[in-house]
Amino acid sequence: MVVQYLAFVIFSAFAIIGAAMVVWSRNLVHSALFLVMSLFGVAGLFILLSAPFLAAIQVLVYIGAIAILIIFAVMLTRSMTAIREPFNAQSWLGAVIGAVLFVALVAGMILPVWGWGSLPTLPQSDVVGTTRDIGIALVSADGYVLPFEVASLLLTAAMVGAIVIARED
Amino acid sequence: MNILNQWGPIGLFMVFAIVLPAAPILVAAIFAPRKPNDIKLQTYECGVETVGDTWVQFKVQYYIYAIVFLVFDVEMIFLLPWAIAFNELSFFAFGAGFLFIFLLTDALVYAWRKQALEWH
Amino acid sequence: MASFLTTLLVVAIVATTPLVLAIPLIWIERKVAARIQDRLGPNRVGPWGIIQPIADAIKLIGKEDITPAGTDKVVYNLAPIVAVASVVLMWACIPFAPNLIGVDLEIGVLYIVSVASLGTMAIMMAGWSGNNKYALLGAFRVVAQLVSYEVPLVLSLLIPVLLAGSMGMQDIVTAQQGMWFIFMAPVAALIFFISAQAETGRAPFDLLEAESELVAGFNIEYSGMKFGLFFAGEFVHVLTNGVLIAHLFVGGWWGLGVSAEGGILSNVLGLIYLVIKTTIFYFISLWLRNTLPRVRIDQLMNFNWKFLVPISVANLVITSLLLKISQVAGFAVDLTTNASFTAALPMTLLLLGGNIALILGVIAIYGFNIRRDRVQEEAQAEAIAHAPSH
Repeated sequence: MVVQYLAFVIFSAFAIIGAAMVVWSRNLVHSALFLVMSLFGVAGLFILLSAPFLAAIQVLVYIGAIAILIIFAVMLTRSMTAIREPFNAQSWLGAVIGAVLFVALVAGMILPVWGWGSLPTLPQSDVVGTTRDIGIALVSADGYVLPFEVASLLLTAAMVGAIVIARED
Repeated sequence: MNILNQWGPIGLFMVFAIVLPAAPILVAAIFAPRKPNDIKLQTYECGVETVGDTWVQFKVQYYIYAIVFLVFDVEMIFLLPWAIAFNELSFFAFGAGFLFIFLLTDALVYAWRKQALEWH
Repeated sequence: MASFLTTLLVVAIVATTPLVLAIPLIWIERKVAARIQDRLGPNRVGPWGIIQPIADAIKLIGKEDITPAGTDKVVYNLAPIVAVASVVLMWACIPFAPNLIGVDLEIGVLYIVSVASLGTMAIMMAGWSGNNKYALLGAFRVVAQLVSYEVPLVLSLLIPVLLAGSMGMQDIVTAQQGMWFIFMAPVAALIFFISAQAETGRAPFDLLEAESELVAGFNIEYSGMKFGLFFAGEFVHVLTNGVLIAHLFVGGWWGLGVSAEGGILSNVLGLIYLVIKTTIFYFISLWLRNTLPRVRIDQLMNFNWKFLVPISVANLVITSLLLKISQVAGFAVDLTTNASFTAALPMTLLLLGGNIALILGVIAIYGFNIRRDRVQEEAQAEAIAHAPSH
């Protein structure tokens, strides 16, 4: 159990610190690389939740495709040494609202499940779904077959949209 | 715990995978000579001095390839569980997978016809 | 505690194996390349030049590590480490014998592909951190190539997963007990081989790191051991591809005298069979590298998106259709339980027939297109030749 707690702390740290540095870092490419670190943390958290398939997909699609897309977009649209100084007169208001929202979200997630006094435990479940279960659920008529097909339509729409926007005429 | 049995060693693997390549670099850092001078430190540009900021021309083709790859990547991760559960699928489920593949082939044909896959 | 130590030992051995294997690989590369080009290759340093790679390694360690000004130090140093780490991590999941495997993950094949996609990120990091626009340009092209060829790679990888009904590597190898998958899906094997060759940036797809083009591409600014690490990583990646093909299509450690339960004899024989099969595929890869001319970048992309991807999608559709038909008609065999050669034969013949039909169809369609293009070209040439030449 100790190892799992330790792993949980490490992966959460990756995810949170990575996400924080994405926003704080001055260099856009550094932000993209910190995003990769954050996604790694999320993949680790998936493993801790007994979802290795999702963890591998996280690495394959998010880090192997989406992060590369983001880095392409960042590198292709500005010069390599661009550093931007944020200038925003209402940044204090944004900070206050952000902090209030954060506290509200965290309280809304933790309190209903664990109450005020108990120590949070890692979720354990006896029923561990395998990839085969995911496969059957995805295409069975009383499963998720409709979202499955709608997802393919969504992907088609995304591709068509990207091509239409990117074409020269 | 089942996860720990399988993924604990993978965690150890990651540690080794990072330490093992780092070792020769550290050894080289200790043993290699270090004589920096201005000319050696300049960016390489076939022997000519660099002029101006380093930037790359925006070529939309890279972006299109990445997007088409992304769409196909997501398609593949949907098809993987389908392929694993294949033996137990009814014809309906099997047909659902077919429809999925057909819709994405449609997208590929669109990209082909609109000449989005050409390298200019 | 004891089990932790044994795990640590196993992990250490399996993690060091690819890097240790990189050393004889360098020698094999150079000797084979030399012999194909009708010359001798390294033969001075030690008998038959065997000590040459060690001399190369010592030389690379001793070279000055020139880090150009303006580079991003952290990313610059991290890139070769991530590149090699992604290759080493692949070996965690590869079975060497019925009982010898690092970790038999349930999602073995998907894990290997995911880790391979980390290598793409490493190249992006390498190209950008050098603060050199040619390195960045080279890196973009490499990443575009790697990313494009990953599509037919995973699509053709779906076929052994489909046939074996599982993503675990040991499961896929055990399912080939009766019949190797290459007989059931030759088109998939071929596409996987070609895509793997392109994924590692090997000729004929080595446009991007070719020594005579773009001055070695994304690793312009690397010198010394970091450059050596990229190089070693690439060689080990090619070897890993050979091992993967051996496992996915040619039966891995199956052979005469190997039983799935294990035992000393099975393990040793299995290892030997695996080494033989991997060497054959590695040699074919080297053979292609040294004989075929390089393709242009637009030919590269067209080949992938207009040829390999449609064929692999069609292959997937045909194979799954035939597999389902054979299941419904009753002569399909559940390959994960021990299937013998004769039991798997009818399904094999059906799938083989489907593959051959696909190949003939592809040849017909592309032949028709090429013939039509040539007829058009000839008509144009005739029109120009008969142009008014008063």
